[in-house]
Amino acid sequence: MENNSLVSIANLSGEQLKYLLAMGREFEKCPNRKILDGKLVATLFFEPSTRTRLSFETAANRLGARVIGFTDPKVTSSTKGETLKDTIMMVSNYADVIVMRHYLEGAALWATEVSPVPIVNAGDGSNQHPTQTLLDLYTIQQTQGRLEDLNICIVGDLKYGRTVHSLIMAMRHFNPKFQFVAPRELSLPEEYKRYCQEQHISFEETERFDSSSIADADIIYMTRVQRERFTDLMEYERVKDVYILQRDMLGQTKDNMKILHPLPRVNEIAQDVDDDPHAYYFQQAKNGLYMREAVLCNALGYTLDDVRVEK
Amino acid sequence: MSKQLQVAAIQNGTVIDHIPNEKLVEVVRLLHLERLPNSSIMIGYNLNSEQLGHKSLIKVSNHYFSKEELDTLCIAIPNATLSIIEDYQIKEKRAFDMPSDFDNIVVCPNPMCITNNEPMPTKFHYCADKKVLKCHYCGKEVETDEVRFTK
Repeated sequence: MENNSLVSIANLSGEQLKYLLAMGREFEKCPNRKILDGKLVATLFFEPSTRTRLSFETAANRLGARVIGFTDPKVTSSTKGETLKDTIMMVSNYADVIVMRHYLEGAALWATEVSPVPIVNAGDGSNQHPTQTLLDLYTIQQTQGRLEDLNICIVGDLKYGRTVHSLIMAMRHFNPKFQFVAPRELSLPEEYKRYCQEQHISFEETERFDSSSIADADIIYMTRVQRERFTDLMEYERVKDVYILQRDMLGQTKDNMKILHPLPRVNEIAQDVDDDPHAYYFQQAKNGLYMREAVLCNALGYTLDDVRVEK
Repeated sequence: MSKQLQVAAIQNGTVIDHIPNEKLVEVVRLLHLERLPNSSIMIGYNLNSEQLGHKSLIKVSNHYFSKEELDTLCIAIPNATLSIIEDYQIKEKRAFDMPSDFDNIVVCPNPMCITNNEPMPTKFHYCADKKVLKCHYCGKEVETDEVRFTK
């Protein structure tokens, strides 16, 4: 992690991932601490994302930091043509760490190259969203007691789903077995299948989504099949109700199985699944707070020992 | 077969040989040969070649190209050869070595890449196993024969 910035999940080793998860566990034990008292966190959202921003700002506030920033680039000088570099240079005069979401791919990496303060990538276009992946990993470990040797069934939009691609990359360290369930139009791109082969990750692909296709799963990771992703709307009409997780599909699943979703959900998980003990997506979102507390502390140079509850 | 040179020799300078005919105009443009007022430049087009059937070559007197210019040629004409001439003798002859990094030479084909929206240099890494260039910023991969150059 160059200058403690967090840009991408791809370059983190298994040890680095586990280290950050261990930091997250300390914040789960005790989320309200004044570790960052006197620090200033800037949240620059060049693209609106209420849920991610609230999670980062909550993390900063619970650690005693103060927060500045913008939630809508329309009110900033970037609409006047100010470059990202100039915005970053200006804000880095004020803040100790910059959390940024940008609509352009590679924006966060460029920001780390010009910024004297650490950058935390809160999503850059369809490229990377590393804190989402960290909270996914945290949740997998929390519910399964481990990250290694798990059966993970990923359902829905595997073509455009940024969270799906990052999850595959992050899990490469932990010998997973993936089942990719998607309509043909939204199946996993060839480059990621090649990636799995290069990394010796075993996977199966299927278009079928029913109780038998999820029977062996330890984790079911649901994503949304969006209408606007289809070139052929007839195809969308054919599959739109296929990739919905219904409560009656959960009868044969393993006891330890948990259902995750990056949220927001629309209709891909039926409402009555929320009451099933396998549902875990709201707790998963809560874990985002702990992991963002960990990421902010790590970016500011605090170590795992610094943040341990019992020293 | 006659050993007579198809293009006259130069005393000192650079020879770029084994250029595919269809790449000649692009190479002339990439090297900005029109900006070399102190060099005699000889361009041979559609010459006989044992290796290629037909080829082009460029001889530039009293001029040696920069690393950046030669890096550009690595992508445009990877199988060409470069000779440095001193006093009519070949002082050095070599193939173009593909560098691992290309700084501000290649345009990223991804319109949503930060490099296409911010006044900044581009950066690409060469992946030898896949024979593609990969954008340092957005990760987009581009085949070497589909590259667009910054200049």
